[in-house]
Amino acid sequence: MTAKTAGGIWVVAEQVAGRINTVSYELLSKACALKKQLKSPEPVVAVVLGKAVEEIEQLGRFGAEEIITVFAPALEIYQNDTYALVLQDLITARDPSLVLMGATAIGQDLAPVLGARLKTGVAAHCVDVRINEDNYLVAVVPAFGGKVLGDILCPNTRPQMATLKPGVLGKPTTVSEPSFIITNYDPSCSLQKDQGRIKALEVVRQEQTGMPLEEAEVIVIGGWGIGSQENWTLLEELASLLGGAVGCTRPVVDEQWVKSEQQMIGTSGKSVRPKVYLGFALSGATHHVCGMKDSGLVISVNKDAAAPIFAVSDLRIVGDAKTFLTALIKRIKGK
Amino acid sequence: MSLNIAVCIKPVPDPDYYDKITIHPVKKTITREGIPTIINPVDKNALEAALQVKEQFGGKVSVITMAPPNAEENLREMLAMGADEAYLLTDRAFAGADTLATSYTLAQGLKKAGPFDLIFTGTESADGATSQVPAQLAEWLDVTHLWNVQEFMVEDRALKAKMGMENGYINYFLQMPALLAVKRSINKPRYTSVMGVMKAKKKPLTLFTAADLELNPELLGLQGSPTKAGAVFTPSMARKGQELTGETEEIVEQLIQVLRGAGLNLETLNVNEAGRE
Ligand SMILES: Cc1cc2nc3c(=O)[nH]c(=O)nc-3n(C[C@H](O)[C@H](O)[C@H](O)COP(=O)(O)OP(=O)(O)OC[C@H]3O[C@@H](n4cnc5c(N)ncnc54)[C@H](O)[C@@H]3O)c2cc1C
Ligand SMILES: Cc1cc2nc3c(=O)[nH]c(=O)nc-3n(C[C@H](O)[C@H](O)[C@H](O)COP(=O)(O)OP(=O)(O)OC[C@H]3O[C@@H](n4cnc5c(N)ncnc54)[C@H](O)[C@@H]3O)c2cc1C
Repeated sequence: MTAKTAGGIWVVAEQVAGRINTVSYELLSKACALKKQLKSPEPVVAVVLGKAVEEIEQLGRFGAEEIITVFAPALEIYQNDTYALVLQDLITARDPSLVLMGATAIGQDLAPVLGARLKTGVAAHCVDVRINEDNYLVAVVPAFGGKVLGDILCPNTRPQMATLKPGVLGKPTTVSEPSFIITNYDPSCSLQKDQGRIKALEVVRQEQTGMPLEEAEVIVIGGWGIGSQENWTLLEELASLLGGAVGCTRPVVDEQWVKSEQQMIGTSGKSVRPKVYLGFALSGATHHVCGMKDSGLVISVNKDAAAPIFAVSDLRIVGDAKTFLTALIKRIKGK
Repeated sequence: MSLNIAVCIKPVPDPDYYDKITIHPVKKTITREGIPTIINPVDKNALEAALQVKEQFGGKVSVITMAPPNAEENLREMLAMGADEAYLLTDRAFAGADTLATSYTLAQGLKKAGPFDLIFTGTESADGATSQVPAQLAEWLDVTHLWNVQEFMVEDRALKAKMGMENGYINYFLQMPALLAVKRSINKPRYTSVMGVMKAKKKPLTLFTAADLELNPELLGLQGSPTKAGAVFTPSMARKGQELTGETEEIVEQLIQVLRGAGLNLETLNVNEAGRE
């Protein structure tokens, strides 16, 4: 392609089983914001690799001005080696200034591979990105479980790359007048170089039970102090009475009181921002707080008045978790 | 089939103390004074995975780290847990490395100590936690890799492995040599026995400085790092908390008011003022 000097703010839109991951829209919204901060605006471009992907126009609605589709049977399921071959060639040909990806399992694996092949820097699972006065990307990267945030720049090499955690950017917004072109890119030259060292066999999806954390206005979260599977059912009952979701800390995953790791909140889990966070019997370790600090109202119940979670809570209740869970459930049920 | 296996381990400040980490008010550097250094927890899962493969197929397990000299202690701990040999890459020239430069140095160390059929790492470190070293290390070594591995099986000169995803997993077939970055759910690291500690003292631990490795100085340390660190800060997450007091029922009543105030439509959930008996 031409446009070697056009640069561009690229979003690698992730798809699994032909469906675009919502983090792609969050990234596009951010890309539009970055475009305004650049000295001279560059086009916002979405790139999708896959076999056949549904609703790619949706990427335009969230701000992509160009959607590059790269469709081939070999790209149906993510394979790091294969995807990197294609993207490396595409990036080298089009020379974007910025490449953003979701800090999902796929994005966190693919971005560093590309960084290594293009010999450029990758800012990891950032919580925010912006353009500074020198026109460089500044990526805000958490370390030490979120206790420390560091600005990471990549001044000397291109593209500047960053992965961003799903959920940290907030809800994406559609553009008022979407206007985009769709470019089909033929990956066959890149695919010829594939050595076949890795082969994806199948995607296995685990059914999600209950309401997803990302969509819930209320999240009821329990920690290790809940104490037993039996007590855990109280938490689930309260969440369902409030029309909310159930979240947890890491020890709860280890104890297997929850069915899926998907319910964990924190640096290794999800970043959430519900209207109401209702936490029971969790200490408030940095690793957990990092994933919930943007919540609206934070209410915590802990038997220890000195628990660190209280320092990041709007309302503190010092007491036994089970007692309050039982009492709240009773009150809501009205009997 | 006898396999030559490497495990990458990183010494990190103990994550239980991360709320004690501060930024130096003048120097603006990260202060971790008084926090003990431990082996990055998930790296023990990586070693456990390696030991299990060795037990099944035979071979040798080497642990390797790029770290300051005192990491020798951490390596001895890994030898006590069951590793056969250890390598410490240490040199001032390695300092200030981002993930690209870190993985380059590690790769050169592994080339010297290897070649290896299988390399294990953790998914992420507790401190930097970029999770980028495994993939980039595999790139420098020009071997295939899988990150976030929740299960794997060695089959002949190949592997079947599952990469954990947000909503499930993907099954892969990989050729060896390969690098696997394992999740902590993959296994439970074994305990170290007293015998293990005794034996560890006699196991070989080799030190490599920059002079011992074949290195391109431009790819090392700060110079070899395309990312540059700017300001560091500790985000303020504190909230002006208010304590709810009283009898349990009184507190619950206050809570209901608060939830309603927060815009929750409790009415649709049949919670009304007269909800209580
Ligand atoms: C605040 C802050 C932000 C940072 N942000 C970035 C960034 O955005 N991009 C960037 O490129 N760098 C960044 N860094 C630098 C990065 O942390 C270092 O390069 C670090 O040496 C390696 O990365 P990691 O600790 O994140 O390892 P990870 O990639 O998270 O580690 C994964 C696994 O790799 C292995 N491993 C990692 N390091 C070693 C080692 N030294 N020896 C042996 N095995 C090892 C271990 O098995 C470990 O489990 C940042 C550092 C800080 C302090
Ligand atoms: C690399 C790394 C990544 C991590 N990532 C995450 C992550 O993403 N998410 C996460 O959550 N953790 C994560 N962790 C773990 C984290 O550091 C903490 O260990 C964890 O969050 C603690 O969970 P907890 O608060 O449930 O348990 P604890 O810290 O054990 O706290 C239990 C709390 O319950 C209270 N309690 C006990 N009984 C009762 C009762 N009957 N009534 C009321 N209160 C009671 C106690 O006072 C205590 O405060 C990570 C750790 C590492 C090293």
